[in-house]
Amino acid sequence: MTAKAMLCRCEDVTLDEVMEALEAGHQDIESVKRYTGFGTGWCQGKQCVVACARVLAKATGKAPQLPITPRPPLHPVALGVLASLGDSEEG
Amino acid sequence: MARVVVIGAGIMGLATAYNLAKRGVRDVLVVDRTYLCGGASGRNGGGVRAQFSSETNIRLMRESIAICRDFATEMKINVWFRQGGYLFLARSAERARALEENVALQNRCGLPTRMVDAAEMRKIVPELATEGVRAASFNPGDGVVFPWPFVWGYARAAEDLGVTIRPFTEVVGFETSNGRITGVRLRPTRLSPLDASDEVLPAGDATTEACDEVVICAGAWSPKVAALLGVALPNKPHRHEICATEPLKPWLGPLVADLTDGLYFSQSMRGEIVGGVAVDPVPEGINQQSSRRFLTTYSRALVGAVPVLAGVRVLRQWAGCYDLTPDGGPIVGRVADPTNLTLACGFMGHGFMMAPVMGRLLAEHVDTGETSELFARWSLDRFARGDLVHENMIIG
Ligand SMILES: Cc1cc2nc3c(=O)[nH]c(=O)nc-3n(C[C@H](O)[C@H](O)[C@H](O)COP(=O)(O)OP(=O)(O)OC[C@H]3O[C@@H](n4cnc5c(N)ncnc54)[C@H](O)[C@@H]3O)c2cc1C
Repeated sequence: MTAKAMLCRCEDVTLDEVMEALEAGHQDIESVKRYTGFGTGWCQGKQCVVACARVLAKATGKAPQLPITPRPPLHPVALGVLASLGDSEEG
Repeated sequence: MARVVVIGAGIMGLATAYNLAKRGVRDVLVVDRTYLCGGASGRNGGGVRAQFSSETNIRLMRESIAICRDFATEMKINVWFRQGGYLFLARSAERARALEENVALQNRCGLPTRMVDAAEMRKIVPELATEGVRAASFNPGDGVVFPWPFVWGYARAAEDLGVTIRPFTEVVGFETSNGRITGVRLRPTRLSPLDASDEVLPAGDATTEACDEVVICAGAWSPKVAALLGVALPNKPHRHEICATEPLKPWLGPLVADLTDGLYFSQSMRGEIVGGVAVDPVPEGINQQSSRRFLTTYSRALVGAVPVLAGVRVLRQWAGCYDLTPDGGPIVGRVADPTNLTLACGFMGHGFMMAPVMGRLLAEHVDTGETSELFARWSLDRFARGDLVHENMIIG
């Protein structure tokens, strides 16, 4: 992969930027997510989290880390649709 | 050996550590049980405003906003600060009167806040449904930041001045002698596998770090940490949820807030509509899980306020904890016992915006040991004395 390889297409995060986060001392996936913003765009990490986890594992020599904490909804849902739903019991 | 151990690497702890180092204090250690941005400081709406009801908060927030304006230059990081104002809506005559009184006070403090009628509200936000809104107050100088770079900015600037920041390091106890803390017990942690609540697990044995001074900046966790020293805090964690939509072209100027249902929403510089609403009841204690009830409640309130948003999609929701005190004021400053402990917690739902100015004041307090009228007013013992503070502009 080249330095400009795009790891997260939604938020324009390149391999370079992930490496920079690692060099700045952010060695876990939740920190790298917040430092670079990967996984916070339209796909919410579905396309990029594996690539980023691999880069992290390779660079740190540690076992690949688990996915970032999933943030609902699973797919983007319109506010109007959500507004028309009833409240669920379990919260 | 640390001169000062700051517990919690949220915005308050980092701002305090940065300002300590800037004053020339060496050997400052900041520890956090999880990753940076793991607490409320990485989970908030980034709202920054001076529209409060108490003169103390108004004056402090004027200063904080000034610091925000200079932040990018001082810290060499873009925090996406945008001053689009805050528009507070009032739906009852009583709330409208309260806003008017606040505006008068804010004007006396030098803020340009003004009351606006429905026609002007629609000028500020053309898509706003104004039926039922009696009045609103608007301060064009209020704004929003993107919290993450703000946290990184303080962290990097503090490290450049020699501060040590240790994430994944939890305070599990203290050593004391003659009414003073002599050491902090630290245990390594790691991320918990497949856990949607952002929890951490222990990852090794505890060791002791000797220290001169301790500052608790542990946000909603502060009562737990203080309890390890036998200090009882009246704060309660209160889950607060928030969500972001897909990015839109810039269209929304201010952060709009409605104190009736706790709805607030703004547009970040990334284009997302970020907002929340009060949900009642919430689970007891520290809880950072998202609920579907929040999403439906928020969507109803937001689509009611701005019907044209019905077609816009929510990308993600998350949760953090407010750190609530019985009177809505923070708990700040040294305590009587142990004598080398300083507290900085209880910042409700507006501690992010307070941190730039509070970090400065706290560093001075810890460094010099001198106290001020402000710290006396916000001290822990006000609850025992029954000398409570008042603030009615609290969202959610
Ligand atoms: C959804 C939401 C929206 C909000 N919106 C706004 C807003 O628009 N504007 C605003 O100004 N404020 C807002 N707030 C409030 C704001 O986020 C907080 O007041 C602020 O971030 C508090 O900062 P802190 O550093 O005191 O606490 P935190 O950021 O919570 O930091 C405390 C840290 O202490 C650590 N810790 C806890 N226990 C231990 C231990 N035993 N050992 C070591 N470390 C420990 C935690 O891991 C945590 O990182 C919001 C809050 C939430 C939840």
